[in-house]
Amino acid sequence: MIELQNITKSYKTGGEEFQALKGISLKIADGEFVAIMGPSGSGKSTLMHLLGALDTASSGKYFLDGKDVSTMSEQELARIRKEKIGFVFQSFNLLPRTTVMRNVMLPLVYAGVPKAERNERAKTALKSVGFDETHFENKSNQLSGGQIQRVAIARALVNNPSLILADEPTGNLDTKTGEVVLRTFEKLNEAGHTIVLITHEHDVAEHAKRIINIRDGLILKDEKNLHQVTAHSY
Amino acid sequence: MLKAQDLFEEIYWGLSANKVRSFLTILGIVIGIGSVIALQAIGAGAQGSIQASIQSAGSNLLYVLPGAQRGVGISVNAGRGSAQTLTLADANAILASVSGIKGVAPELSRRYQAKAAGQNTNTQVIGTVPAYTDVRNLQIDSGSFITASQVSDGQRVAVIGPTTRDDLFGVDIDPVGRTVTINNLPFNIIGLTRAKGGTGFSNPDDAIYVPITTAQHYLSGQSYISSISVSAVDASSMADVQNSITSLLLVQHHISDPLAADFNVVNQADIVATASSITGTFTTLLAGIAGISLLVGGIGIMNMMLTTVTERTKEIGLRQAIGAEKSDIRAQFLFEAVALTFIGGAFGIVLGFLASLVLSRFTSINGQITLQSILLAFGVSAGIGIVFGYYPAQRAARLNPIDALRFE
Repeated sequence: MIELQNITKSYKTGGEEFQALKGISLKIADGEFVAIMGPSGSGKSTLMHLLGALDTASSGKYFLDGKDVSTMSEQELARIRKEKIGFVFQSFNLLPRTTVMRNVMLPLVYAGVPKAERNERAKTALKSVGFDETHFENKSNQLSGGQIQRVAIARALVNNPSLILADEPTGNLDTKTGEVVLRTFEKLNEAGHTIVLITHEHDVAEHAKRIINIRDGLILKDEKNLHQVTAHSY
Repeated sequence: MLKAQDLFEEIYWGLSANKVRSFLTILGIVIGIGSVIALQAIGAGAQGSIQASIQSAGSNLLYVLPGAQRGVGISVNAGRGSAQTLTLADANAILASVSGIKGVAPELSRRYQAKAAGQNTNTQVIGTVPAYTDVRNLQIDSGSFITASQVSDGQRVAVIGPTTRDDLFGVDIDPVGRTVTINNLPFNIIGLTRAKGGTGFSNPDDAIYVPITTAQHYLSGQSYISSISVSAVDASSMADVQNSITSLLLVQHHISDPLAADFNVVNQADIVATASSITGTFTTLLAGIAGISLLVGGIGIMNMMLTTVTERTKEIGLRQAIGAEKSDIRAQFLFEAVALTFIGGAFGIVLGFLASLVLSRFTSINGQITLQSILLAFGVSAGIGIVFGYYPAQRAARLNPIDALRFE
């Protein structure tokens, strides 16, 4: 359960103050699949950083599972990220020259999960994103783009987070591979995971059940996606 | 906070990802620690061998050496070795009237050309008396040493050292009964000394011993002698013996002012102490120079860690995003540096050990590696890791996750 109350965020760049978010209020319930859309400069990246507990707001309140994240220290934010957030980045960000399994297990290492359990959970996560078991011990640089992004998704969900945040997850993929990745998100959502997808592409946002449009630091539209493209329609 | 085993795995991953660079960085520490260990071992070995060679001359020894008499106003210093102020009468007087003495051995030594069987060597010829063997701890391998009657008669007999024997006759030949020509005069060889192996100021194995009267009469042609060795009965009486000899010789030489004495009485312990302090200074100096290479190695570590942190900025951002706390990041990079220096330290100890073995083999110095120097090397290498690793690790921990993730 996510609740933002009148969130603002401003930066100082070269002495001038720039307001990236000008008062965002929204609620995302558990199990939702939300796309946050907007052109570059709209503030969607800033919003993602706040939702992902990478940064704190200038004013306003952010509650994640009832906890007030907006007043947390850096160390507390790190713990929130460890326990409640799973990230998927545009540029994948796998550890280079490292096996698929080690990459997926990395969040569990920081969470202090015992070794045997790490293995099990990593395998389960990889299977749930449809990653072929024969490639579990491959090094990350021997994988294709689609495979890499599914490893990144498995890593994001291995810790069973309250929220999976995907920042332009298909930005570096061709259309066909991108579709595979988006269908993976849909399946995870069907399995009960809360997913927030950040994108500037309308086609990508169409996979979500709810689309929030952002312009100039404010919510322009927040509506149910009636034409949702589902895995079944292919 | 990361568990120790996980931290270790992350460090292993980090270092093995860049094997060549890790290896070269470690090499700097290996050389630094290795040279500290090796030079320390050599210094300690040199100290030991110098002490051993001084002490091998005999135990509880005092040396009476001639010195120039210092007159009032004018200093006439002819140099200690060549000053002619000691005579056999002085040696006899010491033997007769100083108590606490085990033996007195006057010496007249000079270098001469010695010839035998067509071979030719320049060696130390020492004119002395039978007591020399006791005083200087000299043993006879074959034949016998000079006797009292040979001294009183001034016979042309000689006892030669094993090195001189090798030079003149060849290895494993018993020279007793043969003739050696010193300064163009034939001497009958009556004995061969046992090898002592000392390497100090003079080598007792490379010498020819003749009766002191013979040396005075046939070789130097003068009544002066070059030194008197006195052995005291035990270590505790050495100071007394030293004082007694000084006052006796002052009377013998008719000198009233002790500061104007024309001789010096030197205690063996003083020589050992002086030599030890010299070699100690050298050891410190060598270790200091080696320490500089260790410092350079440490800067190499810092350089590598800073490069690593910059290169892995994106990875650091990712680790922060998936839940690494600042302390996790700091620990990872700090211990990467410590691991580098620790591995370097371990190999450095091996390298230093091998280097000192090699040097022991090809020089007369026996390298001594002490547990203390090994512990010191480990402590220093871990310390270097912490000192030079802290700043890069701190820089990694301070990175802002958003900026780090965006870093290209």
